[in-house]
Amino acid sequence: MSSVIALSAPVSGVLLGFGFGFVLERAGFGSGCKLTAQFRLTDWSVFKVMFTAIVFAAVGLYVLEMMGIVDAQNMYVPAPYLWAIAAGGAAIGAGFAVGGYCPGTAVVAITTGRIDAMVFFAGLLIGTFAFAGMFAWLEPLTTAGELTRGDRLPDVLGIPEWSVLAALVAAAIGVFFLGGWFERRARSTGAA
Amino acid sequence: MISPNRCAPPERPYWPNWAAGFALGLVLLLTFVGTGHGLGATGFTTRLSAWLGDFVLPNWTKTNDYLGPLLEDGPVLASWISWQVLGVFAGGVVSAFLAGRMRWRIEGEASTGKTGRLLKALAGGVLSGFGARIAAGCTSGVGLSGSAVLGVAGFVFLGAFFAAGLVTSRLTGGGVR
Repeated sequence: MSSVIALSAPVSGVLLGFGFGFVLERAGFGSGCKLTAQFRLTDWSVFKVMFTAIVFAAVGLYVLEMMGIVDAQNMYVPAPYLWAIAAGGAAIGAGFAVGGYCPGTAVVAITTGRIDAMVFFAGLLIGTFAFAGMFAWLEPLTTAGELTRGDRLPDVLGIPEWSVLAALVAAAIGVFFLGGWFERRARSTGAA
Repeated sequence: MISPNRCAPPERPYWPNWAAGFALGLVLLLTFVGTGHGLGATGFTTRLSAWLGDFVLPNWTKTNDYLGPLLEDGPVLASWISWQVLGVFAGGVVSAFLAGRMRWRIEGEASTGKTGRLLKALAGGVLSGFGARIAAGCTSGVGLSGSAVLGVAGFVFLGAFFAAGLVTSRLTGGGVR
């Protein structure tokens, strides 16, 4: 692809990772309590921050493509093996609810001195070994449920990209209202 | 529904959600523009596992159909994602230090005790590490980055992630507090 920022892999990785880690820590996502409060529905920061970031990046990519700065065809899109994605996503969601983190936020939590996050991180490695040990048996699951109509929402739904983006913006605003309502209710009952 | 649900207040306030969201979106956008892919995490832990496995159980790891090919890809630091996770670590350290939020602790020990909390953290990590290999990515790589390029996989991931998280949270005492 025609890269606007031509940096070597280690440099771009460290710089962009630095921004990622810095922002996650500033958002409060180094705290397992704050993160799991999303599933208690008393603090909607996870939904709100993720949704805002997704919408910002998606709209940004669309605008940059219109301006001819990026070529969306060259952006990596995860393969739509829907059963594999749903099963793995559910396991990560359950792991988040029990353990307090997801893989990325665990790294950030470690930087704030949280020992429970170090143990979670060790668990990630153990989980990887468990998967590798059962790989012969699990391999079919990793490509299960392939969607053949396309890998992006505009292609699959057969609607223009701008309408998907408009729906996402509306959904993000909705999440802020809904989350705000739940947070106020939790505060008034002393739950948050 | 009283105060035990409350998280300890941070030493300094966190960024408001909208500001953190825009900043995260900007980093994600720059990543796509600069590299053609998004942000991640478990690409690193998987390569780290292969490297550790090669260290402890070289024969098993080399012949393993999943970890073996990863070893042949080269050392851990040969991949972009490893440098990115090192960057995440550095960014977290700088942010936590500047905000005075760096302190040794076991978060959540008040409600479940030290051992209980650490066992839950371990169990959660194992589930998460296992699930990330089935989905070929985690909340960052598939959920966040995949959704930003309007990938169906990203939205399916987030739906399954949040549904399972809500149910599991109800069944296991509500997470960390």
